[in-house]
Amino acid sequence: MNFVVPDFYPAAAEIFVAVMALVIMLAGAFARSVRWLAYTLTQLTLVGAALITIFVPSVDVSYTFSGMFVSDLFGNVLKLLIYLAVGVALLYGRGYLADRRMERPEYYLLAVLMTLGMMVMVSANHLLTLYIGLEMMSLALYGMTAFDRDSVRSTEAAMKYFVLGALASGLLLYGMSMIYGATGALDFVSIKDALYFQTANKTVLLFGLVFLMAGIAFKLGVVPFHMWVPDVYQGAPTAVTLLIASAPKLAAFAMTMRLLVFALFELAEQWQAMLMFLAVLSIILGNLAAIAQSNIKRMLAYSGISHMGFMLLGLVAGVVSGETHNAITAYSAAMFYAVAYVLMSLASFGMVLLLARAGFEAEEIDDFKGLNKRSPWFAAMMMIVMFSMAGIPFFIGFFAKLAVLQSVVAAGYVWLAVLAVVMSVIGAFYYLRVVKVMYFDAPADDAPIHAPAEMRVMMSVNGLSIAALGLMPQGLTYLCWIALLASLT
Amino acid sequence: MDFKTFVFYFLGAILVFAALRVITARNPVHAALYLVLAFFTAGGVWLLLHAEFLAIVLVMVYVGAVMVLFLFVVMMLDINVERLRQGFWSYLPVGALIGILLVVEMTIVLGGRYFGLEVMPEPPAMAEGYSNTRALGMVLYTEYVYPFELASLVLLVAMIVAVTLTLRKRKGTKYINPDDQVAVKREGRVELVKMPAEKE
Repeated sequence: MNFVVPDFYPAAAEIFVAVMALVIMLAGAFARSVRWLAYTLTQLTLVGAALITIFVPSVDVSYTFSGMFVSDLFGNVLKLLIYLAVGVALLYGRGYLADRRMERPEYYLLAVLMTLGMMVMVSANHLLTLYIGLEMMSLALYGMTAFDRDSVRSTEAAMKYFVLGALASGLLLYGMSMIYGATGALDFVSIKDALYFQTANKTVLLFGLVFLMAGIAFKLGVVPFHMWVPDVYQGAPTAVTLLIASAPKLAAFAMTMRLLVFALFELAEQWQAMLMFLAVLSIILGNLAAIAQSNIKRMLAYSGISHMGFMLLGLVAGVVSGETHNAITAYSAAMFYAVAYVLMSLASFGMVLLLARAGFEAEEIDDFKGLNKRSPWFAAMMMIVMFSMAGIPFFIGFFAKLAVLQSVVAAGYVWLAVLAVVMSVIGAFYYLRVVKVMYFDAPADDAPIHAPAEMRVMMSVNGLSIAALGLMPQGLTYLCWIALLASLT
Repeated sequence: MDFKTFVFYFLGAILVFAALRVITARNPVHAALYLVLAFFTAGGVWLLLHAEFLAIVLVMVYVGAVMVLFLFVVMMLDINVERLRQGFWSYLPVGALIGILLVVEMTIVLGGRYFGLEVMPEPPAMAEGYSNTRALGMVLYTEYVYPFELASLVLLVAMIVAVTLTLRKRKGTKYINPDDQVAVKREGRVELVKMPAEKE
């Protein structure tokens, strides 16, 4: 047995975050009275991890830990965005949690461990590490959903999330075991080789792929595995909803890419057909069901389902009758969509948090009535977010939709693009309803908006970034494109 | 049919029966006990595969720890079976349809056609004195150190969540510090009061 000590440098960020999680745990246990400590340490951890991710790993693709871990530009870009999303979500949620006496060190500790789980998922090059990262992220999220433990609704949401999540994990594992049975390999590079040289049995592979797809669809929250999304979004404390609806979507996107594109690319024709089915159903059901909602958290949940469906359209358009020259453009369009969605999701749930105060949840769409009279600035921010989500030019959501649709049309699925556009127009109704309520209805209550200064600043930066990236999307588009180009070829 | 094959089918039959009883038993305690039986027989099947370490771990961890805990929980909860059965008939058609579809697919794929001995030949017999435990130990802390450490963090997450959700300090309860209790001396508890005798 000759064993070489693995190279730790590519995984420096993961190791740093894991150590800091333990530090935060000890700080939470022994310095409970210092209220700001856990929060500050968490934000510092995210900043430190970002610096490490930028400066330590090399730009080239490098494998370590016996090929279980991969460091590439795709993973590093997504990791940076994940730190950003988690950091912003924690900043938004802080005041909300403090008002409800829920700001305990455990919350931040779980958030850090959730971040670590997502990093592991993003950098996974092995079915085992991918699964462990996924479980780490999900377990922390289940716990945070139930964080308001005296609330029946949030406990029920956590229970639903946990049971359905466990079922999805089971399906995913079963699919993984089939893929292992067919290829005899667990790491993605070997699986890809086995498929390329056609040593694997295709029927067994497809059988495994179906289960794999069910697990992925659940984690992304697309139809028909979407049942948990509205209930969990509504039931969880809004600060946690924000966390669920932002960074994990990036991690789920990374998981989808790693499994389908990095490992099972040879089966693209088959999984594209399945994804198309999921995407079409999600876009239709998400947009139609969102119209009927009066609770803004539920409405945003259904809108999230439709957005995830839209994102999957990008993955559908990669391979057309064996030709792969369109693939990188299509996948980078999907990645751009995921990033844009996370930005908009942060801003929209952030607004719900901004309007909430002790003893009052701004959960209903009616709670946004006359926001323009109460705070013209934040009404404008919310309007930017809603316009962007609806895909009105020139906000980031428009370019995200445009890029995906372009690749869908380039792949020859014109009917798919037409359907997506029609459903987006229908979807614009419920986004614009929020804008109408804000600007044309009389305010129901005129309590001044009280929020910490840093939250107001961050909220404004978030809203303006949606507008600014809409005016200049080239930078982000190029980043997604180059990240995929450097990692896939 | 040699002895090994007989043992396999014997254990397999018990395993399927026990697993079926887990979901059909009316009494939750019985269901939990059938699950124990299923774990035991699954351990036996693994032993046939020369995975003795995993078989023992399965019995020790699942039967020894997890299921005992499970039984405790089941016994302490007052589960209303009638309420659990509500909606059974309305969900049955969809559930049965999906279940049957899955079973049909599984029988097509998992039969001898793709996993038979012609496709996947029996692995060569291990050398005398080969230890499964040793082989696992060799890779667990070397090749698999990354997932191993991560698994420990997953357990940490589970622990933190469990403590966070259940530990609460109630106001108004009187805690007794065992340290102080043990350190009690006679002087701390007994006070001799001298009183002059009273006269009538």
